[in-house]
Amino acid sequence: MLRLDALQAIYPELEDRIVVTIMGAVAAELYSLGHRPNFFYLEHAMGLASSMGLGIALSMPEHRVIVIDGDGSLLMNLGTLSTMARYKPGNLLHIVFDNESLLSVGGFPTATTSGTNLAGIARFSGVPCVKEADTIQSLQESVSEALKTNTLTTIVSKVEAISPNSFHIDLTLLENRFQFWRSLQVMHNQSKT
Amino acid sequence: MPVSATNSKLIYEALKACDVKIMSALPETWLVHLIRMADEDPDVTLVRLAKEEEGIGISAGAHLAGVNSALLMQNHGFLAAINPIVSLALLYKIPLLMLISYRGYMGEKDPWQTQGGLATEPILRALNIPTWQLTSANDIFHRLKDAQTLAHASLQPVAVLLTRELMWEE
Repeated sequence: MLRLDALQAIYPELEDRIVVTIMGAVAAELYSLGHRPNFFYLEHAMGLASSMGLGIALSMPEHRVIVIDGDGSLLMNLGTLSTMARYKPGNLLHIVFDNESLLSVGGFPTATTSGTNLAGIARFSGVPCVKEADTIQSLQESVSEALKTNTLTTIVSKVEAISPNSFHIDLTLLENRFQFWRSLQVMHNQSKT
Repeated sequence: MPVSATNSKLIYEALKACDVKIMSALPETWLVHLIRMADEDPDVTLVRLAKEEEGIGISAGAHLAGVNSALLMQNHGFLAAINPIVSLALLYKIPLLMLISYRGYMGEKDPWQTQGGLATEPILRALNIPTWQLTSANDIFHRLKDAQTLAHASLQPVAVLLTRELMWEE
């Protein structure tokens, strides 16, 4: 499965929701499919997209938050799985694209090539719903199911280690940050009225 | 336990007056009363971390979602969180209210705390993070409020060092 095809297939579910992605290919490809003010691309601080998603999910329990993570990033912050599982915010969906590679920095293999199983780690960290979805159809089904239930879910999807044509995003970091903040404010106020 | 329950309570009340709704923490002796109060408070979400780095992400998320948060950390936890302080909080202009127990400084008996004690203030200075030291009960309320005010106005992290004089009764 290509990550771009996977993102395209779930884009309708992402469009109007709070989305936090990791840096690199995921950010560039989601951006290329159509940027929204409710999308935040964490272009550094590797590993912390899921922690940010947890912070947002705990702060805005009436809204769904979707984190798009990667194997390299998640391996840098495995403790996040146990922390998310401890608080189990039902409004948080954690998608991990596992391309078994640190693609944007030379394509070196990650530990998922040598037996580390991220879905297994998530499961035994106590994440209440963990799915492995390696086809477009199973990913779509897993995502829409997770968004229907009120259960913290981690979905691990194997994708090919293929770079986008460009990693460029025509949006400054601070522009993205303030736009996202405003957009969350609007969502927050709308849910109050 | 000779950790000051009275001053811990004053600190906690000051955080409540700052409308702090999310507190992240890793257990540390000087912070025990604060963590317990946060845990028992139905109006506060205490997030128990595996590592302090996560707390920077959680506070960043909370801020972007319009919620005030605070980080309860030992200075060694602050040291463990330097990269996200730089590449999330400073890079993205995220205010953080960091309450840091100042271990390993004057009066420290535990040899293993001492290097962290010596490194704490030079590193805060190198990162240009405004820092208050809390040494007296009278300063707690206004210094925490002032620290939060500056964090929000400047959109950057601030540190409040909880000193031995304030936290330890022996």
